[in-house]
Amino acid sequence: MMKGAFVWAIFALTLAVLAAAPFFLEAYGLGLLIGLLGYVTLASAWGLFSGRTGYVSLATVAFFGVGAYAVAALNEVLPYPLVLLVAALAGLGLALAVGLSTLRLAGVYFVIFTFGLAELVRQLVTWYEINVTGTLGRYIFMDLGPEHIYWQLLALAAATLFITWRIDRSRLGLALRVIADDEVVAAHLGIDLARTKLALFALSSVIVTLVGAIQAPRWTYIEPAIVFNPTVSFLTLVMALLGGASRLWGPALGAVPLFLLFEWLSANFPNHYSILLGLLFIAIVFALPKGVFAFAEMHLKTRGGEKRIVPVEAESKP
Amino acid sequence: MLVTTIINGLVLGGTYALLAMGLTIQYGIARIMNLAYGETIIAAAFLAFVLNSTLGVAPLVSLLVAAPAGFALSYLIYGLMLHPLVKRSKGRASLEVDSILATFGLLFVIQGVMLVFFGGNYISYTYMNFGIDILGSSVAANRLTALILALVLGGGLYLLLTRTLWGTALRAVSVAPQSAPLVGIDADRAARFAFALGGALATCGGVVISMYQTFTASSGVIFTMKALIVVILGGVGNLAGALSAGLLLGLVETLVATYVSPGLTLAAVYFIFLGVLLWRPSGLFGRAR
Amino acid sequence: MINLPRRAILRTLGISACMFAIAAAMPAGAQDRASVKIGYAISKTGGNAGGAGITTIPNYQLWVKEVNDAGGLELPDGTRLPIEVIEYDDRSSAEEVVRATERLATQDQVDFILPPWGTGFNLAVAPMFDRFGYPQLAVSSVTDKAPDFVKRWKRSFWMLGGGSDYTDALAGLLKKAIGEGKINNKIAMISVADGFGVDLVTAARPSFNEAELEVVYDVTYPVGTTDFTSMINEAAASGADTFVAFSYPPETFAITQQAQVAKFNPKVLYLGVGAAFPNFGPDLGANAEGIMSLGGIDPKNEANVAYRKRHEEVIGRAPDLWGSVVTYASLQMLQEAIKRRGLDREAVSDELSNGAFQTVLGEVKLEDNQLRTLWFGGQWQNGNFVAVAPVDREGVSEAILPKASWK
Repeated sequence: MMKGAFVWAIFALTLAVLAAAPFFLEAYGLGLLIGLLGYVTLASAWGLFSGRTGYVSLATVAFFGVGAYAVAALNEVLPYPLVLLVAALAGLGLALAVGLSTLRLAGVYFVIFTFGLAELVRQLVTWYEINVTGTLGRYIFMDLGPEHIYWQLLALAAATLFITWRIDRSRLGLALRVIADDEVVAAHLGIDLARTKLALFALSSVIVTLVGAIQAPRWTYIEPAIVFNPTVSFLTLVMALLGGASRLWGPALGAVPLFLLFEWLSANFPNHYSILLGLLFIAIVFALPKGVFAFAEMHLKTRGGEKRIVPVEAESKP
Repeated sequence: MLVTTIINGLVLGGTYALLAMGLTIQYGIARIMNLAYGETIIAAAFLAFVLNSTLGVAPLVSLLVAAPAGFALSYLIYGLMLHPLVKRSKGRASLEVDSILATFGLLFVIQGVMLVFFGGNYISYTYMNFGIDILGSSVAANRLTALILALVLGGGLYLLLTRTLWGTALRAVSVAPQSAPLVGIDADRAARFAFALGGALATCGGVVISMYQTFTASSGVIFTMKALIVVILGGVGNLAGALSAGLLLGLVETLVATYVSPGLTLAAVYFIFLGVLLWRPSGLFGRAR
Repeated sequence: MINLPRRAILRTLGISACMFAIAAAMPAGAQDRASVKIGYAISKTGGNAGGAGITTIPNYQLWVKEVNDAGGLELPDGTRLPIEVIEYDDRSSAEEVVRATERLATQDQVDFILPPWGTGFNLAVAPMFDRFGYPQLAVSSVTDKAPDFVKRWKRSFWMLGGGSDYTDALAGLLKKAIGEGKINNKIAMISVADGFGVDLVTAARPSFNEAELEVVYDVTYPVGTTDFTSMINEAAASGADTFVAFSYPPETFAITQQAQVAKFNPKVLYLGVGAAFPNFGPDLGANAEGIMSLGGIDPKNEANVAYRKRHEEVIGRAPDLWGSVVTYASLQMLQEAIKRRGLDREAVSDELSNGAFQTVLGEVKLEDNQLRTLWFGGQWQNGNFVAVAPVDREGVSEAILPKASWK
């Protein structure tokens, strides 16, 4: 118990240090942290579902955009906390509807479906805005400084990591690892596949929706092309995969270096950004076949000879 | 009115079919989900544009350059970049993740090179933009070319795949890559060839669409996505399926534009696409698996 | 049981330390005065690159080159300082453009920031420009809300007018042609389902209504539509003499081509962005004659002719005849304001609001931080995209209606 308290103290201290950042940083530094936390949260939420079930989702931006649109539509009608709540509910509703109908799709069909879903949502929102409300862009004039956005994102990121950690250590987590390894075995073990996957998909989607909702006030103006930008889905996926999507800290470890690298490349090589980025991607795939996280862990293990818990998937292999 | 709409739909669908055939071969037979597919199309469009505007070469003539170049380049890309990934992959899933990531990088590289050379501007030129009368409706000759080329290439390749030994070998690889070597098929060579063939088809599509469609160095991803929809609708690796699905999609778009609302054309496409994925994930024309 | 392994703690600490180190390691550039730092974040890649690449980036480059070739920006005391450019690619992402602007303002501490491309992005960065005290010469954004924005952001300047300016001008031209018995009062109208199309079409409905024009066909199509045959057929069947398309460049070109194929010959053909591109007229040859769009130039304005020639020499192609001219004029205004008031951003903003400037648009003076002396309608005539509205301004040409049939 002493050790537990100590761990929590460290965690709280880290959070407190990060939370104090706005008092020391100028606007750009804070902007960088906001972008960074945004992707850390997105990638972690992505890993929470996709990394643990093996379902690769490209729907990230669908939920992200729904969150942003909820804020844009309601920011002048409802108090802010309620707006966030409605955004979360909207994300939950969409996730349940999608989850119920799609989680039986296997492999790459799910990938493609989720991509199509993001585009469908974008088309429908566009059509609705033009034909029903008669405008396309919406304005968000809120008195939220960047530091408020940062704190909200920080809280969400911490909550995401905490939830992921709890789930990994619960019965649900065990179930998930069995599902990822072999659905048939999982079904034989009496795990309710559909419900487990659906719960996780919903949870992950709500977090993504909230990231979109929290970041939206930063852009003042919202339109479908801005909030349903498919790049968000791809970057999230790439960051999580790079870091190792099935680990607690993997997505964050992928998001931080990649995000900073993008920033550095675009600032220093604005004209050759695409080429360098592309070459880097290819290099990453070749150099780190299992993701950065697995790579780092492997090295730690061989160097320090540290004892590591044998992962469940290794045991359940037939 | 209805006849005109149907004809226009088929012509539009011809473009979609033409753009999708290469991807269905790359994805279905070589098992590479090539996200840089659209960039191949755009590169070919730039080639046709440059040849046309500097040397006055007719786009249809530049097909003779573009198709072999697309084949060679794709062959090289497969050999250098994708083959090592295929070799180290343990299963379809890990290959899929690897190839998505690697070709995502390739997408940026090709796009970046085109941006450096041509900038981000809109490119368009006009070629064969005259009407041809079909059953009383005027159809643009350049778009009709796309439809004809799609039918010729699609039909020809379909016959090759189904009627020749070589084609049977390719299909065997697509159905069971692990077992193909057991009957003496060099799966690796077949995959490499299929990937290159897909690249050649993509460049053909690029040259033809450059005659009537405005493009920029960054618009490749639009073509990739359209092609992907057609590929899934038609069934992965199914050439005849891609052809029919392309035509069907064109029909849907024009019918919706005429009888419902032009604003819902893309929504209708995605709706059908998602519906097919749910109802028949192996595609409208694919064998149920 | 709560039991975080020690490594997890180290990781938490490690990541946060990393984030801090990178965010905090930001040396503020020493403010020597060997140059004037001018920065901008612009879409070099992604969906907005096409528009930025034609209207904005070339003019920034041309202007910087011209100023530096002349020895630099002139200051009130007559000395000149060369421009040092800091440019970022916003990758067509709203989050990127916001962060890059923050970076320009607080880390690079540039003297002036040039605006990004597009209505949405100009609005996204407006609060930053305002907070850090930079004047924002927003060019590539057509918006009817400019008066509200000026109230909200005192140092924002809106240079391209609002949708209703353009549609009122068009309605006026059409009404006149109807009065002369040249065309009927029916209009078929299509618009792209994106910022520009929606702004223009929502402004057009009341404009046309007020001018007693009847809109008989009014539909919106999604961005990326390539096939317009059904819309063109419907428009042809509607009996309207006027066809209006509030379109983006790829669609503008496609509509032009497909209208020819369909032998669709409206007496008035009004197209959106792209019809004022320099190659539009020459590429179409005789078929371009009579096509109308937003913008236009006064072919007798010598400063403008000289500008277009320089643009072609430096950039390698001519500028477009709507946004480019205004972009360049806005830079001339900035240059002149700096010459009069120095590098104090507050003073420069004040000068921009109140001063009069000689530009490639002729003499301009902003009204309530908005540029009103614009050309709201142009038409291709004899290979030139000449201004035909507003009709009471000096340098205007007479609109030629009806448009000739396709050759």
